[in-house]
Amino acid sequence: MAIRTTPFHERTSALNETGLWEHWSNHLAAVRYQMSDKAEYFAIRNAAGLFDTSPLYKYRVAGPDAGRFLAGVLARDPRRCAVGRAQYTLWCDDRGFVIEDGVLLHVDEHEYLLTAAEPNLAYFQGLLGRLDATVEEVTDDWGILAVQGPYARDLVSAVAPRTKDLPYFGLTRTTIEGVPVIVSRTGYTGDLGYEIWVPAADALKIWDAVSAAGAGRGVVPFGMTALYMARIEAGLVLLDVDFHSSRFAWTDADRSTPVELGLGWMFRSLGSNGADGRAFIGADAIRRELTERTSRWQLTGLVVDWRDYDRIYGEAGLIPPKDHTPIQDEYYVYDDDLNQLGYATSQMYSPMLQRHIALARVPLDRLEPGSRLKLEAGVRHRYEYFDAYVTPLPLFNPQRRTA
Amino acid sequence: MAKRTGTSSDGSNGRPTAEDRRYDAIVVGGGHNGLTNAAYLAKAGLKVLVLERRPLVGGAAITEELRPGFWFTTFSYALSLLRPDIIHELDLVKHGFMPILMPTTFCPMEDGDYMLLGQDHGENHKEIARHSKHDADAYDAFNHDVNRVLQAIKPLLDEAPPDIWSDDPAELVRLAAIGSRFRRLERKVLHDAVRLLTGSAADFLDDYFESDILKGYMASSAIIGTKVGPYSQGSGLVLLYHLLGEHDGEFGAWAFHKQGNGGFTKVLARAAEALGVEIKLEAPVERVITEGGRATGVALADGGEYHAPIVVSALDPRRTFLELVDPRELPTELVDAIRRFRFQGTSAKVNFALDGVPRYPALGDRTDQYRGFTNIGPSMEYLERAFDDAKYGWYSKRPYLDCAIQSTVDPDMAPPGKAVMSCFVQYAPYQLRESDWDTERDNLGATVQRTLESFFPGFGDLVLQREVRTPLDIERTVGLSEGNIFAGEFLAPQMWLFRPAPGWSQYRTPIAGYYQAGSGTHPGGCVMGAPGKLAAMAVLKDRERHPAAGTAGGRTRGAVATAARA
Repeated sequence: MAIRTTPFHERTSALNETGLWEHWSNHLAAVRYQMSDKAEYFAIRNAAGLFDTSPLYKYRVAGPDAGRFLAGVLARDPRRCAVGRAQYTLWCDDRGFVIEDGVLLHVDEHEYLLTAAEPNLAYFQGLLGRLDATVEEVTDDWGILAVQGPYARDLVSAVAPRTKDLPYFGLTRTTIEGVPVIVSRTGYTGDLGYEIWVPAADALKIWDAVSAAGAGRGVVPFGMTALYMARIEAGLVLLDVDFHSSRFAWTDADRSTPVELGLGWMFRSLGSNGADGRAFIGADAIRRELTERTSRWQLTGLVVDWRDYDRIYGEAGLIPPKDHTPIQDEYYVYDDDLNQLGYATSQMYSPMLQRHIALARVPLDRLEPGSRLKLEAGVRHRYEYFDAYVTPLPLFNPQRRTA
Repeated sequence: MAKRTGTSSDGSNGRPTAEDRRYDAIVVGGGHNGLTNAAYLAKAGLKVLVLERRPLVGGAAITEELRPGFWFTTFSYALSLLRPDIIHELDLVKHGFMPILMPTTFCPMEDGDYMLLGQDHGENHKEIARHSKHDADAYDAFNHDVNRVLQAIKPLLDEAPPDIWSDDPAELVRLAAIGSRFRRLERKVLHDAVRLLTGSAADFLDDYFESDILKGYMASSAIIGTKVGPYSQGSGLVLLYHLLGEHDGEFGAWAFHKQGNGGFTKVLARAAEALGVEIKLEAPVERVITEGGRATGVALADGGEYHAPIVVSALDPRRTFLELVDPRELPTELVDAIRRFRFQGTSAKVNFALDGVPRYPALGDRTDQYRGFTNIGPSMEYLERAFDDAKYGWYSKRPYLDCAIQSTVDPDMAPPGKAVMSCFVQYAPYQLRESDWDTERDNLGATVQRTLESFFPGFGDLVLQREVRTPLDIERTVGLSEGNIFAGEFLAPQMWLFRPAPGWSQYRTPIAGYYQAGSGTHPGGCVMGAPGKLAAMAVLKDRERHPAAGTAGGRTRGAVATAARA
């Protein structure tokens, strides 16, 4: 077979009752394990779910200059990521456009792990210069098991007691069933969650241990659909859906700055006068954007007006659908006179929020929470325009996520 | 969260002043309709007090930890008919509203086979085809036909019935609007609606299906809470009501609220309190105080009084009209109609704490079939025979059971590896012929357990605790007359224009300032909230018309519209 499988495949393939798989970086990834992806989603929000996130690209950055190297490459300051901490980060081009995002794990004084959705090895290596550091791809060396949901702490600390007090975005090296692992309090669901990095050869032992800890508690594996639902509610962006790599974009219309993606909070220390003083790729452009407020738009949440939604469908003679299946495609956003203002990149009906929600780019002067826009959608084979209200991200943010 | 105080504690800091005991509106009964009503009134700017007899809110929608770590939905046990506008208008999500999908329906059969329906259309097709290829196709036709009826009927749930005896031109306009809406329906849709609203579930189902198991499952929804069998005329209406429920826009789908319906009413109480509602627990109301044909307050059992120009009863019609007020203050015709209103509770609850999840022999060690309802009603004949016992004044020897192992849907309901199982039991008539429920309570529990044992061999070995709630217990604990779960049966002569009595279906009463908001009003029982909301709209409308009647004069101009806006 041309397609590859992950280190957990022996378990995930036995559990996938649907036969549905997606291709993710040339690996099989379950779309859903059971007939109801919504039931998997509720496991994330009300119990815990297991997700095989192994196909992510993984890089190991090591050497005496590893920190210096990353401080020059990554847009968010990695010097604020101490050993034993993880950091959601991104890297930009020199015009301040986002290339990609990922999670940085500071595992040892001179050693980091970094995840990415797409290959970046040549790019990173090309920036090493004379620094005493190496970048290697370690994608296949590790399996990563994400444990996400309110029970995640119970489950993970049952098999790895040292993780019990791990803070949000903390990480620790420990063992599970004698297997050395790295556990970070991270995830892509916006819920309380952990990710367990395990050497590929021992992956099944970890899966079994965590599964046993969750037995009789409604803990189930979840697939891509439930993951997408959770990440839209949490306002977590997805490459090639909510933004594109500036390296491969043809025009600036397909490029985004971190501020435009709503990640301006990463640069609080950068200040208008460059107090941060760090010379990373894109720093000057980002400083300029912050000072001169030149962002073209910003990613924000939209919540569709339920009354307008029901009215439009009702007038069309239809029962208003409340479909949780994520739509990760572009739909345009308008003002009342149907002048286009921006566009939505992801949308769904959120069962937790009981509303249709979207991630959308809107002009800065429309960012005020509660500001009303029109979101298009096809109803009975023609476009209709639904009232929607600007709502800051994340739309779903339980206290347990960071507590 | 605002403080909830019992009346007994009122005196601890000195006697409350008259002003402390004065409100714009007092709601009697802290069930889901009372809370909904109070929240809407508070949202419109009124100072509202809810008085609840019991030490917890929720009425029949409560969840109790009757054994450490095991949470029981003592009475009401699932959510479907709750009006979506209430979720949004009262901002319930912010206060913890969380309806969890129940993805399966499991129907065991007496020969050991089963029908298991889930969320996948194609899989359901194949599963029904295992029992009848004909029915697999007919199932889609049935759903399509019924959905069209539901689409037509649904708006009636969200508006007060018109008053066809009124001279108010606005009422005539509403009546005409409803008439023209129905006139626009296709002939078949209207005819199907009338057949369902007046006929038997069996007649309707027989038109589509041939397999006993599918008919048994569908017909089970046609008998709940009402003393009819699937072959009785009138059971179609009960079926239609249950199909009218929805979860995330899907008709007929049910959800389990986080921590049960008690979890839901706690959310509702938090939302009401956030809007300024004051809730007093252990505050049983003895009677409504009236002066010159007007309600002016309520008197509590302990002699204390609270005053308000608006008093809303969220209790059932018998208590609202015959107990809280003196029937002599009411027109004889109304009193007679309420006396004729049929309650005759016919269902019970048996809840189990289990040492583990039961196994169904044909499914081996599988347990994922229990994530929704388990329907013990394998054929219409099974249901009708269960009804036969009730006709002659006894509980069913083999009752219909609507079971849910709720800890599989919400694992927080029981300790890891253990389970709680809620069983709705029918028929269990309030009036027993030659015994009483205090004598028969345990026998009913044993009957239910024996029935479950016949489908799940070894079930009895799993039972850690069994809690039985007969219709008498429902009446005693919750206050629902004769233990009727809908606060009055779902029968055509007791619905819409006639709920609870002709001419009194718009939440008002002959006593000025005294309103009714319980499930005994339109659109009726189930955890719907519509009576509570619609009653609030009637109160606010009256205040706009007669601002002098209120105390917060002027504040509520436009209140009806305000309260209804999210």
